[in-house]
Amino acid sequence: MAVRNETLPMATSVAGTGHRQSRFSPHSLREPLIYLALTALAVIFCAPFVWLVITSLKPADEIFASNWIPTEWRWDNYADVFNFAPVARWMWNTLVITVLAVVAVLLSSSLVAYGFARIRFRGRGALFALVMATYLLPGAVTMIPTFLIWNELGAVNTFWPLWAGNLFGSAFYIFMLRQFLLTIPQDLVDSARIDGAGFLRIYWTLMLPLIKPALVAVAIFEANAKWDDFMGPLIYLNRPDDYTLALGLGTMKESVQELGTQWSLLMAASVIFTIPMMVLFFLFQRYFMEGVTHSGIKG
Amino acid sequence: MANAALDRTGDVSGQPRPKFRFRPSEETRAGWLVISPWIFGFIVFTMFPFFSSLYFSFTNYDVISSPEWIGLENYDRLLTSDRLFPIALRNTFLYTAMYVPLHLVTALAVALLLNEARKMKGFYRTAFYLPSMTPVIATAYLWIWMLNPNNGLVNRTLRALSLPAPAWTVDPDWTKPTIVISQVWMMGGAMILFLAALQGVPKDLYEAATLDGAGAWRRFRNITLPMISGVSFFLATVSTIAALGVFTQGYVMFDKDGGPQDSALFIVMYLFKRAFGSGYFQMGYASAIAWILFLIILAVTALQFWISKRWVYYEHDARG
Repeated sequence: MAVRNETLPMATSVAGTGHRQSRFSPHSLREPLIYLALTALAVIFCAPFVWLVITSLKPADEIFASNWIPTEWRWDNYADVFNFAPVARWMWNTLVITVLAVVAVLLSSSLVAYGFARIRFRGRGALFALVMATYLLPGAVTMIPTFLIWNELGAVNTFWPLWAGNLFGSAFYIFMLRQFLLTIPQDLVDSARIDGAGFLRIYWTLMLPLIKPALVAVAIFEANAKWDDFMGPLIYLNRPDDYTLALGLGTMKESVQELGTQWSLLMAASVIFTIPMMVLFFLFQRYFMEGVTHSGIKG
Repeated sequence: MANAALDRTGDVSGQPRPKFRFRPSEETRAGWLVISPWIFGFIVFTMFPFFSSLYFSFTNYDVISSPEWIGLENYDRLLTSDRLFPIALRNTFLYTAMYVPLHLVTALAVALLLNEARKMKGFYRTAFYLPSMTPVIATAYLWIWMLNPNNGLVNRTLRALSLPAPAWTVDPDWTKPTIVISQVWMMGGAMILFLAALQGVPKDLYEAATLDGAGAWRRFRNITLPMISGVSFFLATVSTIAALGVFTQGYVMFDKDGGPQDSALFIVMYLFKRAFGSGYFQMGYASAIAWILFLIILAVTALQFWISKRWVYYEHDARG
């Protein structure tokens, strides 16, 4: 509050007086130093990836050797991963769960967000506060009874517990999509209404197409989350054939250590696991950044 | 809000409420219908589990036979005679105390630098964001290998620079920092949010302050920090909750029992062991752990909200 008093009068007194040049004068070391720092940091942040890929291609006897560049690039390490464990199978399982989860969460969260953003009904404010409260509720608290529900339904060792919860919307996505839906001009809704459209048609044919970038962002967030999820499969899947990649690889360390530490195998598996997420990121980078930035949390 | 503003402009034109709007009763019915999936999910997968875990926490329950009421015994055992629970509590607090500040400061520092760049901004942003797209399991393996005491890239570099090279993954004092490093590496999401907030700070505030003789530090302290306090608060709250619930990193980077001398045993790992570990299935005992964790998170979050009233600055205080 003190800050407001201090800064705002200054802002109004000098706004638009044309002193902009002075701040960005290039005759200093400031700019090169910034790029130097950024480059150094970028190297630090990317070095682990390089190290990961190099290790994944080293022959087993060079893993602990001091050479950076392997004497031979051993691409067979990647084939070995698929022979060592049913990785292809795990990949398929992960894909099935991820697709179901993404489709479910897109439909449910956008519908619920539409209700909170564009329909005025009694109790809306209180219910929305409740949605946000569930966002802060740690999953560990509901974990055990949720397991018992699925157990009761006979769904342990099936994929249901890993995606079906998404059919009921997810707090963060409801919040995010609501922010986007609030920006759609009411005029558009009114003219659709003149044409005789009901609530659901307005949602489906007007709202959804207009928030496509936000939907893509939600899809990527959720795909990333499901691709990553370790604890869910750890609780619900017991048969190795049903494992997801995360669970399969997460438990691989134990079996690998029994065979002697085959780090190249683990690293190759990690690369295989990471590549789809990288592809997703580069394909949809634009939507992604937009989704993060416009998720409604303002300075 | 956007609709409210538009409604008002409709009123200004002096026309009666248009006939093509929905009737209020119709809207209420449609509203409840449209959010009904969430209401169903909330009751079945949030409310019901929430209260039944509270109930289970006062019982002895092994899933096979029905729950047996034992009052506060689970809590009593956890807080007085359980050897591992205090260790898990301490580890979780230490981890959170290390991770949250380091995570926020790193993300903000990188965002501040990136905000100054005008060329190749996209390139740098990608470089800093990419780690956070890496799956948690891959990150875990990557960093136990990076921080391998003998052959890891980090210790090779440290030794080359004649700096002390800790036994990261083996020494009980260094296992938590190992996890912290792997997590701070993934600060991309927080960095993007900070960057968006920084770009939203009006430029004329800085110009005005500069003209008034404020140095870089004062500009940062008196303009930047207050203007991004909303995002900082959001990130502090969310990352604290995430840190208190740390599980996968400890489980995968070390082992399910908590690594060297239990130094990587966290609350949720212990909860998981009691609930699903082979030979346990102590659902009542594990629920008591879950509720202690919940009360801790509730207290910390409430404290953060309370403190935030003193330092979070919302422009106009009139949004939403």
